[in-house]
Amino acid sequence: MSEIAIQVEHLSKQFRIGANAFQKTFRETVSDMMLAPARRLRSAMRGQGSQAATKEFWALRDVSFDVKQGEVVGIIGHNGAGKSTLLKVLSRITEPTTGSALIRGRVGTLLEVGTGFHPDLTGRENMYLNGAILGMSRAEINRKFDEIVAFAEVEQFIDTMVKHYSSGMYLRLAFAVAAHLEPEILIVDEVLAVGDAQFQKKCLGKMGEVAQNGRTVLFVSHNMAAIRSLCQRVVWLNQGTVLKDGPSAAIVNEYLMQTVTSSSSRVDLREATRHYDYGKRFKINDLTFNHGEPILHGEVLNVSFNYEAYADVYGVSFGYGFSSLEGTRLMTVDSDLNAPRYLIKRGQHGQLTSTLDTLNLQPGIYLLDVGVRSGDGSALDYLPGCAQVEILPGPTTPASMSRLDYAGNVRLGGQWQWPETAQEDRD
Amino acid sequence: MQRASTTLQTTPITRIEPSKGWVSLQLRELWAYRELLFFLIWRDVKVRYKQTVLGAAWAIIQPVFSMIVFTLIFGRLAKLPSDGIAYEAFSITALVPWALFANALSQGSNSLVGNANLIKKVYFPRLTVPISTVLGGLVDFAIAFVVMFGMLLWFGITPSIRMLALPLFIMLVLITGLGVSLWLAALNVQFRDIRYVIPFMAQLWQYGSPVAYSSSLIPQEWRWLYGLNPMVGVIDGFRWSMLGTGQISWSSMLPSVGIALFLLFTGALYFRRIEKQFADMV
Repeated sequence: MSEIAIQVEHLSKQFRIGANAFQKTFRETVSDMMLAPARRLRSAMRGQGSQAATKEFWALRDVSFDVKQGEVVGIIGHNGAGKSTLLKVLSRITEPTTGSALIRGRVGTLLEVGTGFHPDLTGRENMYLNGAILGMSRAEINRKFDEIVAFAEVEQFIDTMVKHYSSGMYLRLAFAVAAHLEPEILIVDEVLAVGDAQFQKKCLGKMGEVAQNGRTVLFVSHNMAAIRSLCQRVVWLNQGTVLKDGPSAAIVNEYLMQTVTSSSSRVDLREATRHYDYGKRFKINDLTFNHGEPILHGEVLNVSFNYEAYADVYGVSFGYGFSSLEGTRLMTVDSDLNAPRYLIKRGQHGQLTSTLDTLNLQPGIYLLDVGVRSGDGSALDYLPGCAQVEILPGPTTPASMSRLDYAGNVRLGGQWQWPETAQEDRD
Repeated sequence: MQRASTTLQTTPITRIEPSKGWVSLQLRELWAYRELLFFLIWRDVKVRYKQTVLGAAWAIIQPVFSMIVFTLIFGRLAKLPSDGIAYEAFSITALVPWALFANALSQGSNSLVGNANLIKKVYFPRLTVPISTVLGGLVDFAIAFVVMFGMLLWFGITPSIRMLALPLFIMLVLITGLGVSLWLAALNVQFRDIRYVIPFMAQLWQYGSPVAYSSSLIPQEWRWLYGLNPMVGVIDGFRWSMLGTGQISWSSMLPSVGIALFLLFTGALYFRRIEKQFADMV
C-alpha cells in the first residue's frame, strides 16, 4: 500500500497573458495588426505564442510532493493559488512548463460536473456520452446503469432531453455518472460548490465511499469541513508554491487562522470565482456591511449590495448567510421571506439595502455566503464562502460571551418567568 | 507530450513533463480511445438531426440544389462539355464527394474551438475531435450517395465493376479532408481569423477542382500540376468508377494521392505539436 501513486517533482507552469488583454490604444492596435501577423506567424510555427506582446506569470512554481497509493489528499489555498492549474497538469489537460510528474494508475478527472453534457440529448444518451468522455467504456456504463440512475433519482426522466431538467436533476445525473467512475486515482475539483445542501451531503457521502475503497484521491475544496472529514493529509498552496504539507487537522486550522481577513466590511465580488453560469445574467458586484463600519454583535446589521443585470430577470430575491469556517450554515437572511420579489430589467444596476434589527450571531469569524435567486428558484448568482467576516463584540455583548464555547452560535436572552419562591440575586 | 507505458499490464505509468519540438502521434492511445471517437461522432450526428427541422434531408438538399444550379448555369447556359453524359449525372458525381470534403473543411476546422469546454476540462487524445467531425460527415455522405445512385440509374447509367474501386476514392476524400482540417483546426485555435478564411477558401478550392467542368479540359502536359489538388484525384476517381467515363490519368492521380497523404501526415504532426497549448488558448 505504501507504493507512491503520484510523484510531483519541481513542477512549474507559466501562463502568458496576451498584452492585448490589457488596455491599448486604437492606433497601437491597428499598427500591431499591420506589423504583427508576420512576426506572430513565425513564432506560431515554432510552436510558441506571440512572445513579444505577452506578459508572463507563474501559476505553479517548483511544486513537489508525493502521494501514496490509497491516500486522500486535500489541496487548499486561496483563489489563484494554483490549485486548479495543478489538477489540470496532473490530469494532462495542460502541460507543465518545467518539472515532471509520475503517475501510477488510471486517472479519472472530475473538474466540473457534467462536462460534455449536451442539452439536446436525453439523460440516457448523456450518460453514455459523459461516461465515454470521462473514460468509461460502454460495457462499464451498461453494468452500472441502474445504480447511476437510482443515485441521480431521475428514473422517470431518463429519456427526456436534459434541457428540460431542473438544475438539480441535471447536477444529480452529472455527478452520478462521475461518481461511478472507478479509476485508481481520482482528481476532483470543487464539485461540491454547486447544488443544494442535500445534494452536497450525498456527494460528500459518495466521495467518502470512494476514499474508503483504497483509491488515491486528490481533492480541491473550499469546504474545510469536507476536507477535514475526507482527507488525512493536506497540501496548502500559496501563490503557486507549496506553503504547508501535513496532517489535515493541523494544516486546516492553521489555514483558517491565517485567512482571517481583518474585519474588512466591503467585499468586492466582481472578479470572484463563480461556478456554473452564475453571474452571467445577474451579478452582485460588491457588498458593504454597516456603511464600512465593523460588524457588531447585538447591534443592527446593515448590508448594501451593488448589482447589475445583464438580462431581464424576474421574481428576484436576495439572500445572504453566515456559515462556520467549516461550511455549516448558521443563519440566513432572505429578502423574499414574507416579502415581494422584484423584476429587474437588463442593463439596470442599483443598490439594495438590507437591515437586520439585531445580529445575534456570536462574535467570531464566519464565512459569508451570498446569492440571488430568480422566480423559478434557480440561482442567478451564488457565492458560497466568498469572504470571511468577523463579528466583533458589541456594546451589549457580555464581556465573557466571546469565550463561551458551549453557548453555540447564538446566545439569546428571551423572556423568562421565575416562580415567586425564587429571589432576585443582585450581587 | 506524455509517454505512457504499461508494466505488467496492470498499472499504467504516465510521465507528465514538458514536451519539446515534434512529438509522436500516439496512434496506439488514439486506438484505445476509439469508443470515445464513436460517441463523439454519434453525438454530432444525433444532435444535428435533432436540432434541424429537415434533419437528414439536408444531406440531400445541398448537393441536389447545387446540381440544379450547376446544370442550369454551366450545363445549359455555358454549355460546358460533360464528357458526353447528362450534365446532371456528371455534376452530381462530383458534388456528393465535394459535400463530404466541404463538411470536413468547415466543421473540422471549427471542431476544437467548438469543443473548447471538453478540452479545458478532460484529457483525451485531442486528435479524436477533428477525426470524429470528419468521419461524422460519412453519415450525410451515405444518404446523398443513395440519392446519387438512384439518379444515375434514372439517367440510364448502370454500375460497372469499376464501382468496386470507389471505397479507395472515398478514403482519398477523407484523407484530404482530415489533413486540411487538422491544419486549420490547430491554426484556428491560435488565430481566430482562420474561421473567416474558410468559406472563401472552400469556394476557391471548388473552382480549382473539376466539379463544374471536366478535368479533360486541362492540357495533358499540365495534368501533374493540376493533380496537386487532391480533390482532382477524388473527383476524377468518382467519375471514372461511377460514370465509366475516360481513363484514370495517372499523371494527376499520383500527385493527388501524394499530396493528400502529405497533408494528413504533416497536419497530424503540426496538430500534435500545437496541441499542448489548446487547453490554455481555446
